[in-house]
Amino acid sequence: MSLTVLACGPGTTVQDMGRPGALEFGLSRGGAADRLALAEGAALVGNPPDCAALELVLAGGRFRAETDLRLALTGASMPLSVDGAAVPAYTSFALRKGAVLDIGAARAGVYGYLHVAGGIVTPERLGSRSAHLPAGLGKALAAGDTLPTGPAPNGDTDLTLTPEPRLSGGEIRVVESAQSRHFADQLDRFQATEFTRDAHGNRMGVRMASDGPGFAAQGGLRILSEIVVPGDIQITGDGTPFVLLADCQTTGGYPRLATVIPCDLPRIAQAAPGTKLRFRVVTLDDALQAEAAFARHLKALPGQVAPRFRHPADIPDLLGYHLISGVITGHEEEHE
Amino acid sequence: MIADVTEKPTGFPTLRRMGVAGVLVSFGDHLSEPANRAALAFRAAIEAEGWDGVEETSTSLVSAFVRFDPLHLPHATLESRLSDLLTSQDWYAAPLPEGRRLFRVPTVYGTDLAPQLAEAAAEAGLSVQDAIASLSTVRVRVQTIGFAPGQPYLGPLPEAWDIPRQTALTPRVPEGALVVAIRQFVLFSVSTPTGWRHVGQTAFRLFRPESDTPFLLRPGDEVIFPQVAPEEFQNMRNDADGGATWEAIG
Repeated sequence: MSLTVLACGPGTTVQDMGRPGALEFGLSRGGAADRLALAEGAALVGNPPDCAALELVLAGGRFRAETDLRLALTGASMPLSVDGAAVPAYTSFALRKGAVLDIGAARAGVYGYLHVAGGIVTPERLGSRSAHLPAGLGKALAAGDTLPTGPAPNGDTDLTLTPEPRLSGGEIRVVESAQSRHFADQLDRFQATEFTRDAHGNRMGVRMASDGPGFAAQGGLRILSEIVVPGDIQITGDGTPFVLLADCQTTGGYPRLATVIPCDLPRIAQAAPGTKLRFRVVTLDDALQAEAAFARHLKALPGQVAPRFRHPADIPDLLGYHLISGVITGHEEEHE
Repeated sequence: MIADVTEKPTGFPTLRRMGVAGVLVSFGDHLSEPANRAALAFRAAIEAEGWDGVEETSTSLVSAFVRFDPLHLPHATLESRLSDLLTSQDWYAAPLPEGRRLFRVPTVYGTDLAPQLAEAAAEAGLSVQDAIASLSTVRVRVQTIGFAPGQPYLGPLPEAWDIPRQTALTPRVPEGALVVAIRQFVLFSVSTPTGWRHVGQTAFRLFRPESDTPFLLRPGDEVIFPQVAPEEFQNMRNDADGGATWEAIG
């Protein structure tokens, strides 16, 4: 069972939940930039939540099924079609052997995830299938690559899920972190500033531009290179914040103003260049409550998947459906 | 930078939060021998405790880091356990980790392979010859692994090597590059831009993702970078270990 890449944008990679445990050896966890999208797709095609998917960056791609496959696209809003017929995102669909799937460039968001029932089963390296390009692990995909897929779990097509909105920036929650005290006199101004995700950004981090002066650690501080974590807001030499993402380095010498809470990181990752964002400092208790709610949300995703309600006029092969058998009851959207 | 403090720095150790799922235990605000030892030993002690909810641990130059699941292991519980562990012994006097090794990594100094040797020697106030004599015989210790996979920070180098980083970045040095600044070496595990000066070139691969032991060096290991002639470089490259050898030291 496999899927062939006929065309794809630069930076298209296989991603799962990454490889924790190698921090002490200088290798960051990596994994999907938008972990929520990974979980959403897994729920749609019936995969375990940590199954590997294809991560598409801004550009889309073209793929051919070598066997009958069931797929779903989550994350960035990208138009998709099968053999020229439009297919909705956040909906499971069939790609028959030989059929060609076209995915267009993102209309909103950055990272799209193409999931296959059974998962992408490229060989694991150090316990994960995720490409970690800065570390030289794995590679970006290119035309001609064939991706093996695992045995598909049972599941239907036309199952749908309503995504958590996160493609248009907005307010990002942060907590104070180990070095925030060096920016004590600037935290208010930081929270009052409107930032624009500028063109510099990748899976290691994204740059946040703003009008007005930059930010600087107090007192000509000489900070020793120290552990960094995804979400850290690093202030570079010119005073511009960089929010670190999944493939960030494991240590860094730039001071960190605050840290984005993990459940708001998908919103940072999905902010396309030009997107406006603001940051708000929350207490640790508030952050933990948000994380607990996020964990509950992830767990509940498989139960939120429901058959898509389709208007009969939108179904070209209506006569092929067995209306009498009660398969279509008119209440599909109420399924659990 | 290195300061050879022999007693505890005041105000340390500190326990600080990193994001919502991390705690950083720091043993100083500058690199010193005792603080580096303390960080390594303390991290090993956390691992030995095996606390449920701790997801991974790591060290930087003078800190131990704990990443944990705060929904499973409350901050207050972890922080109180860490505080108790901190007071259980004098971590600054702790021995180095066990299972350490001494590596000898053959290195070409200067030439086209490492074009900033002369510049670095001048910064250090040494002739090129004296610079090579110093760098190729000093026995340094892996103080931390970080930045890139398997990549060591090694030191301390003699006083003369307390030279600053360059103000401009070198656009790219190759994998295996030996670079110097602030009384430390970094041996690069990937090709990367750097502000450190490129004084030597090795054929040593630090990160071997295809191997059962993907990361060769560990904090506490010691390394010497003996000089070899540039003509040797091709032979070194043909050797899986780049001509390096190693032995156990305790």
